[in-house]
Amino acid sequence: MTAQQIIFLVVAAVTLIAGISVVTSRNLIHSALWLILTLAGVAVFYVLLNAGFFAVIQVVVYIGAIAILFIFAVMLTRRVMQDTGPQSNSYWWLGALIALLLFAGIALIFTNWQGFKALPPVMLDQSGKLVQLGLSLVSPDKYLLPFELASVLLVAGMIGAIYVAGEKKQ
Amino acid sequence: MIPLSWYLTFAAILFCIGLYGVLVRKNAIAILMSIELMLNSVIINLISFWRYRAPEGISGQAFAIVVFAVAAAEVSVGLALIISIYRRRKSVVAEDMNLMKW
Amino acid sequence: MNFISDPVAFIADLLAKLLFRIGLSQIQVTVVSEFIGAFLLGVFGFSLVIFTIWLERKLYGRIQDRIGPNRVGPWGIFQTFPDMIKIFTKEYITPVGADKIVYNLAPILSVSAVLLTWAVIPFAPTIVGTDLNVGVIYLMAVGSIGALGIILAGWSSNNKYSLIGAFRAVAQVVSYEVPMILALLIPVLLGQSMGVNSLVYAQKVWFIFLAPVAAFIFFTSCMAETGRAPFDLLEAESEIVAGYQTEYSGLKFGMFYVGEFLHAFTISALVATLFLGGWRGPWAQQVPILGVAWFFMKTFLVYFVVVLIRISMPRLRIDQMLNFNWKFLTPLALVMLIVTAFVEKGFLLISPDLGLTDSALPWVRAGVHLFSNLVVVLITIQILKSHRIKAVRVVAKPRPVAVAPEPPASVIS
Repeated sequence: MTAQQIIFLVVAAVTLIAGISVVTSRNLIHSALWLILTLAGVAVFYVLLNAGFFAVIQVVVYIGAIAILFIFAVMLTRRVMQDTGPQSNSYWWLGALIALLLFAGIALIFTNWQGFKALPPVMLDQSGKLVQLGLSLVSPDKYLLPFELASVLLVAGMIGAIYVAGEKKQ
Repeated sequence: MIPLSWYLTFAAILFCIGLYGVLVRKNAIAILMSIELMLNSVIINLISFWRYRAPEGISGQAFAIVVFAVAAAEVSVGLALIISIYRRRKSVVAEDMNLMKW
Repeated sequence: MNFISDPVAFIADLLAKLLFRIGLSQIQVTVVSEFIGAFLLGVFGFSLVIFTIWLERKLYGRIQDRIGPNRVGPWGIFQTFPDMIKIFTKEYITPVGADKIVYNLAPILSVSAVLLTWAVIPFAPTIVGTDLNVGVIYLMAVGSIGALGIILAGWSSNNKYSLIGAFRAVAQVVSYEVPMILALLIPVLLGQSMGVNSLVYAQKVWFIFLAPVAAFIFFTSCMAETGRAPFDLLEAESEIVAGYQTEYSGLKFGMFYVGEFLHAFTISALVATLFLGGWRGPWAQQVPILGVAWFFMKTFLVYFVVVLIRISMPRLRIDQMLNFNWKFLTPLALVMLIVTAFVEKGFLLISPDLGLTDSALPWVRAGVHLFSNLVVVLITIQILKSHRIKAVRVVAKPRPVAVAPEPPASVIS
């Protein structure tokens, strides 16, 4: 067991337990906090995968913005400070069954694929990836179009969110 | 060395946990949180495939950046809709938003 | 390596030899030495606060024409210790109905967000916590954890005023992150790297001369992030009791307090590193200890400016603050980013034709960027002037002359 494997197992266990707590917690703010722990665990995985830029982007975008947005939304949409009643609807056994079936299906597909147990190839240029990513996002023959479409999507989302959630003046 | 199977299995488990949350939770905001779990597992998959199959290229990372942007936009619009519905109907339980059911 | 040119690696090597002799394996030695390094950095950060609290109180006193603390020790330098003892021994009063785990977690998040920033700041060419190649975005990432601590503190106190204070505080902190990151991108563009130590290496001419507008925007947004005056609506005692910190007492409040002071010192260190050249100075690269001295001199200079602004400006209202951010700082930062990118690209295209020597090139580049900044500033001032509230000339209506009212008819007859 190398150190990386131990770190992977510990962080994976923490992240999965936090993920299960997100979907089963009765208090919605606690759900949001468990979500933050899950997102932080996923950020550690990005570091293990030599994608450090994504780790910090995960913290900035997900934990620093989206999680705070969730906490705000939970606080703005509750009449009292406590939660009442059960948090799952009555078909929870069916949901669990579907999730298990999906996991079994994915596992079946993957075990029949010969690249499944591959070890990571050696990555020579670890530090030049940032420049390469930036260049690929603005080169017309690389990924400029998805980049521009994503920015149009963000502007549309921003305008839509401001309009939908804004108070209508009487 | 960590084989690819560990990352893919982890992402699959996270995806199924998110799927369970989407199908089972009553509160609309909790459903959105579960969708975020699913999107996170997708991005983990993308980055691990990039690392293990084509680390010299950059397509995996560019794809993941676009998915990040889409996730952020989707969360903001979804939460805006939920707040707007809460103002009208005073409830965020997903079963109560049934005006367009047949 | 000897001690002069690489002090941290020298000490780490000695420690590793000692640990090997005890009989630990390679991995354990690495883990132990990294933990010790991180621990020392955290302790160093906290001990800086003790000094800066004293410095700030003395400066306050002197600027306000009084002496400041001078009883405990010569010039009152031990004043912080009795204050610390007082805060340690106060009782923890947890409000009824507070969510205990979240209530206790919030000050920890607030303080750790600030301490984590010290991991990437270079004190010297070879003394840096960890030289991430995405250091600039890492600074943003840990800054956003502070906002999380604020909203959790406000919510978990089970107190309406805490919650409203936390909403306003998070609105301010999250809004000012936008011009902050845009202004951070301008040194990244000029230095062509996202690592903080690489940016200091790239500052042959200090970036404050290449991008003074970006320095101003970054400095202002950082002061608003920290909650220093004039943006200190977050904890204005006269307005909202203590905002999100109302229900905290004893050491938990002490942690918020220490976190705020350390944050103010941290932003001085950031401005000094990114815009004033960090550890750069005469003989800094040969003798790293001298680099530490230059770094601290610049940081204290910026900290002095921060305290000066805090003590002399009145507080802004929340809507004035948000207007200032969204209607002035963010468009200005965007325009500066675009102008800097264009000027840099133009300079790169033209510079081979100019035939400059290697030592004059950075200065000409600095001059060109400074000129473009001045142009943007002049245009901004013109636009602001045209938006001035115009004085309205009121032509008065003729005033009625005072006459006695007619008595009612019933009185006469």
